[in-house]
Amino acid sequence: MGNLIAWIDDRFPLTKMWNEHLAEYYAPKNFNFWYFFGSLALMVLVIQIISGIFLTMHYKPDGATAFASVEYIMRDVPYGWLIRYIHSTGATAFFIVVYLHMLRGLMYGSYKKPRELIWLFGMFIYLALMAEAFMGYLLPWGQMSYWGEQVIISLFSAIPVIGDDLTLWIRGDFVIGDATLNRFFALHVIALPFVLVFLVIAHIIALHEVGSNNPDGVEIKKNKDANGIPLDGIPFHPYYTVKDIVGVVVFLFFFSVILFYFPDGGGYMLEHANFIASDPLKTPEHIAPVWYFTPFYAILRAVPDKLLGVGAMFAAIAFLFFMPWIDRCKVKSVRYRSGIYKTNLIVFCISFVVLGWLAMQPVTETITLMSRLFSFLYFAFFIVLYITSKNESTKPVPDRVTS
Amino acid sequence: MSTDNVDTGRRRFLVASTSVVAAVGAGFVAVPFVSSWMPSERAKNAGAPVEVDISKLEEGRLLIVEWQSKPVWIVRRSKKTLSDLLKNDDHLRDPHSENPDQQPPYAQNEARSIKPETLVLVGICTHLGCSPTYRPEIGPADLGENWLGGFFCPCHSSRFDMAGRVFQGVPAPTNLVVPPHKYLSDNVIRVGEDEGAA
Repeated sequence: MGNLIAWIDDRFPLTKMWNEHLAEYYAPKNFNFWYFFGSLALMVLVIQIISGIFLTMHYKPDGATAFASVEYIMRDVPYGWLIRYIHSTGATAFFIVVYLHMLRGLMYGSYKKPRELIWLFGMFIYLALMAEAFMGYLLPWGQMSYWGEQVIISLFSAIPVIGDDLTLWIRGDFVIGDATLNRFFALHVIALPFVLVFLVIAHIIALHEVGSNNPDGVEIKKNKDANGIPLDGIPFHPYYTVKDIVGVVVFLFFFSVILFYFPDGGGYMLEHANFIASDPLKTPEHIAPVWYFTPFYAILRAVPDKLLGVGAMFAAIAFLFFMPWIDRCKVKSVRYRSGIYKTNLIVFCISFVVLGWLAMQPVTETITLMSRLFSFLYFAFFIVLYITSKNESTKPVPDRVTS
Repeated sequence: MSTDNVDTGRRRFLVASTSVVAAVGAGFVAVPFVSSWMPSERAKNAGAPVEVDISKLEEGRLLIVEWQSKPVWIVRRSKKTLSDLLKNDDHLRDPHSENPDQQPPYAQNEARSIKPETLVLVGICTHLGCSPTYRPEIGPADLGENWLGGFFCPCHSSRFDMAGRVFQGVPAPTNLVVPPHKYLSDNVIRVGEDEGAA
């Protein structure tokens, strides 16, 4: 065995990579609950890739047969229902895990110098993930697939001058049709997974270059022992691999409960109207996007102007990219930041959740007014942060990590 | 390797010019790939005109036909509906159909149609492409007592009147589109072709 590894090491940096990324990657010893979600996101990515590969073996990306082929998977393919539900539940799980992972970053200032690129790679992962989910949602070819995509693709028609030609180019037809379905299938199963995997690798390489942040926002590399090992660091393997396995077990417990008992998520994960084959002549009475897009959809609906509405929706995501430069406070962790920041972050999280809920409600005057209020609060987070963070009154940050 | 006799200016020029040539080449190679996403010849040919017999269409009813895979609505409007149209003018974005992209010239009139009583519209919301619902009733509870009949988009609550004209304060920017069409006889409409076309 040792000889074999030596033989490989002469030809490929196996032991070197193992040490750099696991056995001798020193992570802060004070990781808490919030640090499960990075490794969980990686695991969900693997679940999605494997279940997705098996779905493509039975699915037909053809306007005439797509809907029937999904029903065929659900009814006739042995365990097809399970593989399909794993994939659809995995999409929801992916977004839950990623949203919590991003919130962790906001709480502990993980986007700040020297981790700006980690944050940017992460935001691009989020963007690719949204594109992946959006294109995947067309494939079942039901009513919600069809009209949901019709709305989202039409967003691009708001762009002045080139908008209409751009939507025509995206669809490949004058309406969503076989051409659209076929190309979205290609992007969903080949192009975007490649992009995602590439970005995940870049995200992890950047992380391992600068080292992990922690709940105290203290740089552990400042205090090293005689051997150059951070005093507050512990090797990722076996300490955090074992800890993460606990997270995986708890996660899989919840995943299985949803998978086996609520696979349609009460209509929020697999919408009821999507069990009807797509009909280009009739829009369902009530259109709501799948839950993970709803906060941005509420912002779109809040603005009574096509171009401004679409602009606000994209801005809601774009602002997040600039977090490392919007937040000018030197202190990283929320533990040592001012009450203003804590309040601001809580209001932001509440706005995000309430906007998500609002987008699922049929439009009434109250809902529209509330959407406007919470859209305002969502954007106010960034503006308040930019203004107050420069001279924020912070608490003293300890020299070493606590607990 | 010695770098003593290297002409760095010349080297920089060669690197830059090679890069530019390569970038131009990559641009050219991208053209077929990008173009392959445009509608195919088959998709372009699929939009053939459709003939509709409206002799059985009753007053106040809506008929949906498919043209270029889009829903096309044909509504036979009553005299009252037509006279009610004027009452909406103050609340509309474009009451006189001045945007030439939204209808052919022969439908740029008060009723937005060739024959006043027969309305022909593409049933796709000009906001984000949902198909609005036909709401001909006067003053229903959910649309308010000032509603004189029209079309309501369930996706983002855009409102249009019985001539497909968009109201103010809704997300849709323009009136619903009147497709090119012509009458082959009193009761037969050909959608997708008009006198101007070959």
